[in-house]
Amino acid sequence: MLDKEGIAKRIAKEIKDGYYVNLGIGIPTLVANYIPDGINVVLQSENGLLGMGPFPFEGEEDPDTINAGKQTITTLPGSAIFDSAMSFGMIRAKKVNLTILGAMEVSENGDIANWKIPGKMVKGMGGAMDLVASAENIIVAMQHVNKAGESKLLPNCTLPLTGINCVKKIVTELAVLDVLPDGGFKLLERAPGVSVEEIKLATAGKLLIEGEIPEMDT
Amino acid sequence: MLKVVSNADEAIRDIQDGMTLMLGGFGLCGLPENCIAALVKKKVTGLTCISNNAGVDDFGIGLMLKQRQVKKMISSYVGENAEFERQLLSGELEVELIPQGTLATRCMAAGYGMPAIFTPAGIGTEVAEGKEVRNFNGKDYLMEMAFDADFAIVKAWKGDRMGNLVYRSTARNFNPVMAMAGRVTIAEVEELVEPGDLDPDHVHTPGIYVHRIFQGVDYEKRIEQRTVRKNI
Repeated sequence: MLDKEGIAKRIAKEIKDGYYVNLGIGIPTLVANYIPDGINVVLQSENGLLGMGPFPFEGEEDPDTINAGKQTITTLPGSAIFDSAMSFGMIRAKKVNLTILGAMEVSENGDIANWKIPGKMVKGMGGAMDLVASAENIIVAMQHVNKAGESKLLPNCTLPLTGINCVKKIVTELAVLDVLPDGGFKLLERAPGVSVEEIKLATAGKLLIEGEIPEMDT
Repeated sequence: MLKVVSNADEAIRDIQDGMTLMLGGFGLCGLPENCIAALVKKKVTGLTCISNNAGVDDFGIGLMLKQRQVKKMISSYVGENAEFERQLLSGELEVELIPQGTLATRCMAAGYGMPAIFTPAGIGTEVAEGKEVRNFNGKDYLMEMAFDADFAIVKAWKGDRMGNLVYRSTARNFNPVMAMAGRVTIAEVEELVEPGDLDPDHVHTPGIYVHRIFQGVDYEKRIEQRTVRKNI
């Protein structure tokens, strides 16, 4: 099984040299720590920054320089600041190559629910709907099952949707899966120590298993 | 150019009950702190506030919510304000949660004189309810209307007496697009300078959009989440 760091580390392998990447709140932010050496990546922060850098050292926090999760950050050489309309403009116009975000549920045709639990959590969708509606490359970092052991990879989402037919790849504590254009989750890799059987039991949606499924390389 | 006013109280003098206000800022960053304090002091009520977030309980729009001054919020994320969530879930406060990009672009549309924009954000979700959908090149888009706000209240880093504004770092966020969109735009700045002090090439908001400007005071610039890395 993978922990949060493990999921982030695996997702980081999908990042290519020269990519502009948007990282959502939660596990996705950890991906920044695992970007492979020798490749150049520019992180986009939807509140108006390209070139997001690491957290500042103690005493160097700048209240005017934060990320989309409202955390203090720094900027890297070659950064650019712009307003919120341009930020979502570049997202909508597909200049951002890869979006990585969390999910509560994903359906077998790539629908995603990650913003609302009616009556309980109604904080708002922030930039999530814009990101999933526009990005060509969307990778979801999520838990395969909830605390009650119920699958979160479903035939249909039960929670209010963030977007439809948009998720391409999912990395969970158990597996790496693709979402097929015609519907269905295709199992690509097993997490260390996890069996195909375990993954089958944890996946309520249609699951395609072809041939020998390799264990993740960690 | 008689745009300069003395302070926030003077700047908001004609804001009345029931008006629609745009307020700049993202989280607690780039907030028009002086104007918010003045609105709290003035106790205007029944306001519709267009702002990406609702601040926290004791800072930003949260201060106005505590006094029940807000009838309706139009925001994209209100997670950091417990009082807001409570008022929302109890039905005391009308809330329209809209995608952040849609919020920004509806402000931009108003500022660019466009009545509506098309965006794919929200297609297939509850955000699409009641809205016109058009298909362009095989993809569905929602038609979203430009905002109409009585006042836009923005925060900038520097501004000159003619209303030209420059922003600093990510405190920029919604301020430029809101500055363009209000029927009346009020700008509070950390430093008010003379015409000629700002390089025309570096002006972010041309003064034509700004009706009132004043030198702000005592900025708290609260940090919502102070995150640091270790010195190895």
